[in-house]
Amino acid sequence: MRVLIPGPLRDYTAKATVSAEGRTLGGMLADLDSRFPGLRFRIVDEQGRTRRHIKFFVDGLQTSDLDRAFDGVEEVMIVCALSGG
Amino acid sequence: MAKLDLARGRRATLLIATRKGLWQLSADAPRRKWRLTGPHFLGHIVHHCAADPRDSKTILAAVRTGHLGPTIFRSTDRGRSWHEAQRPPAFREGSGRIVDHTFWLAPGHASEPRTWYAGTSPQGLFRSEDGGATWEGVDGFNEHPMRKTWCGGDQDGTPDGPTLHSILIDPRDRQHLYIGMSSGGVFESANRGADWRPLNAGVKADFLPEPTPEFGHDPHCVRQHPVMPDRLYQQNHCGIYRLDRPAERWQDIGVSMPKSVGNIGFPMVVHPRDPDTIWVFPMDGTKVWPRTSPAGKPAVYRSVNGGKSWQRQAAGLPKTQAWLTVKRQAMTSDQGSPVGVYFGTTSGELWGSRDEGRTWKCLAAHLPHVYAVEVA
Repeated sequence: MRVLIPGPLRDYTAKATVSAEGRTLGGMLADLDSRFPGLRFRIVDEQGRTRRHIKFFVDGLQTSDLDRAFDGVEEVMIVCALSGG
Repeated sequence: MAKLDLARGRRATLLIATRKGLWQLSADAPRRKWRLTGPHFLGHIVHHCAADPRDSKTILAAVRTGHLGPTIFRSTDRGRSWHEAQRPPAFREGSGRIVDHTFWLAPGHASEPRTWYAGTSPQGLFRSEDGGATWEGVDGFNEHPMRKTWCGGDQDGTPDGPTLHSILIDPRDRQHLYIGMSSGGVFESANRGADWRPLNAGVKADFLPEPTPEFGHDPHCVRQHPVMPDRLYQQNHCGIYRLDRPAERWQDIGVSMPKSVGNIGFPMVVHPRDPDTIWVFPMDGTKVWPRTSPAGKPAVYRSVNGGKSWQRQAAGLPKTQAWLTVKRQAMTSDQGSPVGVYFGTTSGELWGSRDEGRTWKCLAAHLPHVYAVEVA
């Protein structure tokens, strides 16, 4: 699948779009982290929860369920919400 | 925390950690001219940055952003290049606790050259044995059955989050540690963090129903004197204190501050060689706690007799309408002779004195909100 990487995470990937594998959203993040170490912890905390200002859109639909099964997913978009000064 | 020795010829460099990145401010040998370089990590919140006095080249920075989780960056070339920690401080999976940010970094004992300690918000204690690349929780604190009783819940405490700070390693004994916690108080370990006990006798906590409890205090900054490690000082939410071990009871040395100025502040700075000389930066702790210079007239206060009396040091600082706030990690001293004293403000100014506080000069301005200032 194609993963759209937001600006704050491109220090890890060096690219705005990368490809990844995984049967779930969590699996996809594990795959990303294996190739871009440290990325996952910046967006998922140590208890396995998505950090507060991070959103995932799977083929355009927002989800926070890391166990969600991927079935023919083509694109995952990671969004970082910016707020305040 | 031990600092590098200017007498060995190294020029003073200040690490300035801010809400929007890290800068370095370097001096010529007499500390008259300063040059600002940076930023590193522009846009990142840098809660603390500390240099390693044991190798003179390692620097660690505690970093996060408003939307990304916390991490640690390491440099082994005095800040020219940085590498992210492979495993930053994180609570045990299943504990339900989440590190919001690393708040305090402390190089370990001289006999453990790769060891560092980190304190987090909410209160957690972590240790690295490999120069900051990987971090493990200190279970003796994080899993202590009394931790929650001592500290309260992770959502309790100060508005920016409860913190574990002031990690002090006894230079005579690597097993002997102190920590400060807001909220919680000062705690001591005799076995490298395997167990802890409160050390708060004599310290007020006038915001609690019991004003002199065993724990639950709000130390803002605790310092251990490097050449007299039995002497501790703390700037507390409720005054200024000194403790000379093996005594257990803190002495209130804030009572000798002028009543019009008060005894409230955040940082505490010790002279690197003279255990009796200390500096504080008083702030307004009345009513709603503005935490700005009392009456808009900033001044450093110095004691040269362990807190028996204090002298106002304001030459060169603005005389009026200057509402400065200095955070607990944002004031420090170097090892020069005379000692240089420095503080950074939340309004982005860096002030310095190269004559032990007698005169002050603004060394840098227009920086972001300063969180921490350390000598490298």
